[in-house]
Amino acid sequence: MTEHLPVLQVVVPLIAAPLCALLRPGRAVWLLAMATCALCLLIAALLLDRVLAQGVISYAMGGWPAPWGIEYRVDAANAYMLLIVAAIGAVVMAFARTVVEQRIRLPASKQPWFYATYLLCLTGLLGMIVTGDAFNVFVFLEISSLSSYVLISIGRDRRALTAAYQYLIMGTIGATFILIGIGFLYVMTGTLNMADLAARLPAVADTRTVRAAFAFLTIGISLKLALFPLHLWLPNAYAYAPSAVTAFLAATATKVAIYVLLRFFFTIFGAQFSFGTMRLDAILLPLALAGIFSASVVAIFQTNVKRMLAYSSVAQIGYMILGISLVSVTGLTAAISHLFNHALMKGTLFMALGCVSFRIGAVSLDRMAGVGRIMPWTMGAFVIGGLSLIGVPMTAGFVSKWYLILGALERGWWPVALLVLFTSLLAVVYIWRVVETAYFQPAPEGRATGEAPLALLVPTWALALANLYFGLDTSLNAGVARRAAEALLGVGP
Amino acid sequence: MNSETILPLALFIPLLSAFFIALNDGRPDWREGATLLGSLLLLGVVFSLLPAVATGARPTVDLLEFAPDLPLRLSVEPLGMTFACVAALLWPLNSLYSIGYMRGNQEQHQTRFYICFAIAIASTIGIAFAGNLLTLFIFYETLTLSTYPLVTHKGTEEAKQAGRLYLGILVGTSISFLLLAIVWTWVVAGTLEFAPGGILAGKIDGPLVNVLLALYMFGIGKAALMPFHRWLPAAMVAPTPVSALLHAVAVVKAGVFSVLKVIVYVFGIDFLKDTGASSWLMWVAALTVLLASFVALTKDNLKARLAYSTVSQLGYVVLGAALATSMGVIGGSMQIVMHAFGKITLFFCAGAIYTAAHKTEVSQLDGLGRAMPFTFGAFLIGALSIIGLPPLGGSWSKWYLLVGAADAEQWALMAVLLLSSLLNVAYLLPVPARGFFAAAPAGGAAQIPIREAPLACVVPLCLTALGCLWLFFQADSLYALLAPITVR
Repeated sequence: MTEHLPVLQVVVPLIAAPLCALLRPGRAVWLLAMATCALCLLIAALLLDRVLAQGVISYAMGGWPAPWGIEYRVDAANAYMLLIVAAIGAVVMAFARTVVEQRIRLPASKQPWFYATYLLCLTGLLGMIVTGDAFNVFVFLEISSLSSYVLISIGRDRRALTAAYQYLIMGTIGATFILIGIGFLYVMTGTLNMADLAARLPAVADTRTVRAAFAFLTIGISLKLALFPLHLWLPNAYAYAPSAVTAFLAATATKVAIYVLLRFFFTIFGAQFSFGTMRLDAILLPLALAGIFSASVVAIFQTNVKRMLAYSSVAQIGYMILGISLVSVTGLTAAISHLFNHALMKGTLFMALGCVSFRIGAVSLDRMAGVGRIMPWTMGAFVIGGLSLIGVPMTAGFVSKWYLILGALERGWWPVALLVLFTSLLAVVYIWRVVETAYFQPAPEGRATGEAPLALLVPTWALALANLYFGLDTSLNAGVARRAAEALLGVGP
Repeated sequence: MNSETILPLALFIPLLSAFFIALNDGRPDWREGATLLGSLLLLGVVFSLLPAVATGARPTVDLLEFAPDLPLRLSVEPLGMTFACVAALLWPLNSLYSIGYMRGNQEQHQTRFYICFAIAIASTIGIAFAGNLLTLFIFYETLTLSTYPLVTHKGTEEAKQAGRLYLGILVGTSISFLLLAIVWTWVVAGTLEFAPGGILAGKIDGPLVNVLLALYMFGIGKAALMPFHRWLPAAMVAPTPVSALLHAVAVVKAGVFSVLKVIVYVFGIDFLKDTGASSWLMWVAALTVLLASFVALTKDNLKARLAYSTVSQLGYVVLGAALATSMGVIGGSMQIVMHAFGKITLFFCAGAIYTAAHKTEVSQLDGLGRAMPFTFGAFLIGALSIIGLPPLGGSWSKWYLLVGAADAEQWALMAVLLLSSLLNVAYLLPVPARGFFAAAPAGGAAQIPIREAPLACVVPLCLTALGCLWLFFQADSLYALLAPITVR
């Protein structure tokens, strides 16, 4: 049984999704979806445990050996990613039931479809991570993308439709570019297996086709991960999607795209080609810095708090790309660690906002006046998430900031380190705007009062406490991240 | 129990106390009981560590591992021991005073107040016992965050603005300068330990030493070195017990304590003396001492005047550290203790005056001393100690600082110290002088009845005033405790 874990990771949610759609509306659907997510989390945890103990796991799909069959290949990097996505998937699923039943403009008869789509999205994301086959990445990318367009479009606000459409267009362009890139690679090497590609590419690396493939993949993946200035689809999509969907996608979708970027550039092309020959870091570094700075500044001027956090996400993606463009073990550790930490902090923040909008119906800054008094637990979680976003010690955010600055100083890049520190002050500004409004302004008269229901608070606080826990015990979010970084760079054990 | 097992208790007792305070939200007497009990337990724990540390032991406990070779470490050395003793001694007194003050003024959100207070104390202890720079930084930031709700306690627009300044300066400097300096140290030295004699000698040289020192000194915004001192007067919007313990003792002393730690155990005074990197710091500190004194002269609001006085007195500690001589460092360390007792007395008095007579300005105090003889008497003692007159504790720290300046042959700085003492006289003594000798405002009766603040306020301030006196006779043992810190 346990040797089938890699494939079960994908098959379990894939089978559960249509089952959800077939079930009659009611609690049973959610229970099935929740159990599926929990099972996925368990599988991911077991996989990580085995990988850390025994090294790389290779699984031949249907018994066809690689490179002819599809290979699922799990090393420290993707086992770690699987855990992030599965954990967020499970926590947000626990949060989603109340939101779906009461806050989404979806008739009760259609609600099972929400869970089915959610599970499909999860399937796609997990599949992209676990597979060792380049074309398989594209297939799962499409599964997750299509389902995420649907999930975004069911937001209460009608602008969710245009936001989803915008994302659809940009996402499709990105996916097409990725497909073209993979196609070129296949033409040149005749293989789609990642390990096989890595072995054959050096022989043909100095050709225009491979360089074109590299360019197509770079742009396609950058679109999906919302690298500045290709991030324009993101703020609207995050702002108008239902809160549970925003929490899920913000914490997972762009992270998985970054993982794909790492996989292609470090494993398939190899760091020597990507950063030595093609000088990708010379492109990524300025874009990352521009993204961090501009998105942080724009976030300060948003009045919709969800939109503000969306811009903050663009900035945070910039931090991860910055870590990658350092091309050192410390830099990659910072980036990979931030994948995890950012999932925790943004998950907390968006879920806390979900609690707020559940009670008062909106998350614009003026409507949030006095919320701190009315909903102390919700805003408590928001403050913890916000502190983590700023990177205060004893929160998860500090861990990634520590490694990022360390990485920059190791390379002697003083201005970069200073910019990272300065932009975390910008985060103080935009988070504290919300905190001041929530705690210092009086609530308007006649506001519906009361704390969010426990079904929302418990998952929110679970993530909030995780922010604090992983700020102190860094063996997972920094320790494993370091092993993943070493594996990607091909150094160390 | 040995010191290693006791050490973590010092951190957890205030936290546990905060937990019990939260549990007893609806029962004020139980809640205040939890505060007082916690503070007394902490006092016992901290003082039980003292004998071992005085005889040369350095109990060390690793709480957990933050990164490879970078643990979260508690370790006690004489400087931290001294600071922890001051905080632990003054917390029970301040708790007693808080109860009188908060009840006397019928303040809101008292539970939140006591919880944040206990967490702030835990952070202070964490700073005092930090075994490396990372641990110090972590508790430094916790202290800032836990005191933010205390500064903005009143929830008014003024409190909000003060909170912005407070957070803006303290978080801004610590993130942009201090964190950078710490990571830089880690990159060049490969360790963040506090080691006798420093860890940087031979690892970095030239003008970079000056840059790194500047990052540390301005990064530690809690030391209120000009021009990053504005948060301290702003923080005076908080209730007086907060100003007394946190903004005269715990927070600002955490700042200058960190300065001393960095200079003694990270740079090492020999290294600083050899490179001369700290000479600019002497002048910045001296300028802070003088300018803040002049500003204090212009303030009519009593708490604002005391706040600028604090800025000036903190400059003494930085000055002592910047001299990079043993005597300077010891004088600076003593100043932490002596100023703590003196200044908390003055703030207690200011709060007692506000509680009993609702007066906040110096010019309103005419004749009030005859109605509140204990309060104004204590104020006089505290003021004389800060000025540095025997037989009060403050005279010793000034003495050692002067000796340190003479050792370093900085005659101009000696002049600054003496001039500053005169300025202290000019801005502190008018308060008791007006209270005792000026005529009460027109219409006042010839015979003023005694009308003191509640007993819970008056007893602590008398005790701290007596403490100033007691410290004068403790200078020897304090010197013996502190002497080893500059020895390699």
